[in-house]
Amino acid sequence: MTEPIVKARGLVKRFGSVTALNGTDFDLFPGEVLAVIGDNGAGKSSLIKCFAGAHTPDEGQMWVNGEEVVFQSTQDARRHGVETVFQTLAVAPALDIASNLFLGREERKKNFMGTVFRQLDKKGMRRKAAEHLESLGISTLQDITQAVETLSGGQRQAVSVARAAAFGSQVIILDEPTAALGVRESAKVLDLIKDLKDRGLTVVLISHNMPQVYEVADRIHVQRLGKRAAVVTPKSASMNDSVGLMTGAIDLPDTEQQLSPV
Amino acid sequence: MSCGLLLDEVQVSKGVNRVSDKSSSKSGAAKEFELEMTLLRRVQMTLHRYPWLSSLLVLLAVVVAFGTVNERFLLPSTISLMVQQTVIVGSLAIAQALIILTAGIDLSIGSIMIFGQMLMANLAVFVIASNVLPIAGQNPYLAMVLGVLAATAAGAVNGFLIVRFGLPPFIVTLGTWSVFMGLTLIFFKARTIQGPEMPEVMLTLGEGFSVGPFFVTYGLLVMFAMYFVVAWSLRNTAWGKHVYAVGDDPNAATLSGINTNKVLFSVYLVAGLIMGITAIITIGRVGSASPNVDPMLNLQSITAVVIGGISLFGGRGAVVGALIGSLIVVAVEMGLSLAGVDQAYRTASIGVLVIIAVGIDQWIRKVKV
Repeated sequence: MTEPIVKARGLVKRFGSVTALNGTDFDLFPGEVLAVIGDNGAGKSSLIKCFAGAHTPDEGQMWVNGEEVVFQSTQDARRHGVETVFQTLAVAPALDIASNLFLGREERKKNFMGTVFRQLDKKGMRRKAAEHLESLGISTLQDITQAVETLSGGQRQAVSVARAAAFGSQVIILDEPTAALGVRESAKVLDLIKDLKDRGLTVVLISHNMPQVYEVADRIHVQRLGKRAAVVTPKSASMNDSVGLMTGAIDLPDTEQQLSPV
Repeated sequence: MSCGLLLDEVQVSKGVNRVSDKSSSKSGAAKEFELEMTLLRRVQMTLHRYPWLSSLLVLLAVVVAFGTVNERFLLPSTISLMVQQTVIVGSLAIAQALIILTAGIDLSIGSIMIFGQMLMANLAVFVIASNVLPIAGQNPYLAMVLGVLAATAAGAVNGFLIVRFGLPPFIVTLGTWSVFMGLTLIFFKARTIQGPEMPEVMLTLGEGFSVGPFFVTYGLLVMFAMYFVVAWSLRNTAWGKHVYAVGDDPNAATLSGINTNKVLFSVYLVAGLIMGITAIITIGRVGSASPNVDPMLNLQSITAVVIGGISLFGGRGAVVGALIGSLIVVAVEMGLSLAGVDQAYRTASIGVLVIIAVGIDQWIRKVKV
């Protein structure tokens, strides 16, 4: 049996008197697309924010590639190859596309100006940004120096995904990537997810949209009341079953049987 | 570099002129309407990309308008005087611009600068009103360094309170404005130290040289140097990108792995340093060190920054806009004063300018492709 690339046991996260995560387990296997579904307040976002480094769990353990990790910041998560596309996209609207792709990990010039005066290698970053977007098939953006706020919602999403995929990451977490998009742009984002999988990346998709989940996911992690309620596959459970698990209409007592990779 | 920047500006403004030429040659109501829309949007988009452009156009308009009304406005001596008058507010506006880029505001700017100025002047002279400074009169260079350091530390206090306790910059700097004004009076009484009392070197930045018919002070060169360093750093370093990102959307910046607290603190620290250097410039420009040099400096620096196209909501604008903004304020004041307009009307007109500038900023921010 393959080792999980990301594994968590007994994660607890509290915000004051609210318990967002109440001992969640999590398993992500290399090369798969895992969807995380759940009702509002089930702890989907809190769960993935723990892996993203945006939250530090109060209790529980996490492993990446078999190594136990404690993420204090998104930088920690990035160092372990875990990148996240947040629902808010976490882009700086007034900065251009290239600056946003490299935000927080800018590259300096290799020469004297870079080492002494810390001058950025803007040309190099623009070239690489264009290459990354090109390789993801997002070539509709003519101008890499365009401010992100002048882009459409789908284009912004693409910039955010490109940023997550650009830096040798292994795992990409997408939080509700299609929630704010129209039908056509959603389809493009789903294509992007399939493309990421074809390139050998492991993807976690948080979504409310059942048809989309069933279109791209290999396995489905059902989150309920701060815990993992079940793990199913699109073949093993119908959409109605999944919704039943999500809302608690169906109770699956023994989830361990469902855990093998597809 | 500043020369290159100017060339760039002129080219871009020419481009805008060409666009307006095209629109006037077309006919037909529907066509015209369509073109008007696209023209307006193109202007909006250009201004979105170069936020200082609108202020540069305003400056040119002001200069042309007052130049035609009164020929004395364009005399080299008048121009030299106007540029020299911008040196204090123009320098403080660099610090203010940095802070406003992070969506903050600094009301303490003038009082920290005055604190630094009074400290260095009192340290430099032998006889001081308060006998609390035993090292006074030893070394004017040491005095200036200590004055600059004190202002930097004051900036750091602002930054610390904002970052550590999450207090709003408006409140923190409103408080430190009073605190440093009070400290200035406590330590240095209200005593003005006249130029002749101070070692000559303290007044160097008020001296200068002639370039053709124009007179350039060393203080002006220091101000330009500060603009160059800050503008270059904002454009070419990761720190600069992070300053914009933090002002634009602090949550996004944090999620992108930027230490927003560190960036904010560094901005207030650098702002303090700029206030300290401005203290030396001010002593040179005024020719004395007085706690009453100008009680409105903090508001004037905000005015310059806002008129210069830097958004009060953070993350948008170029620091060179602050310089253009300061020049606009001085040019309007000078032009109206040459036209014999009463001081009260001049003050009111600057207020109108500020409101128009913020209105334009709001419009530019709504740009969509």
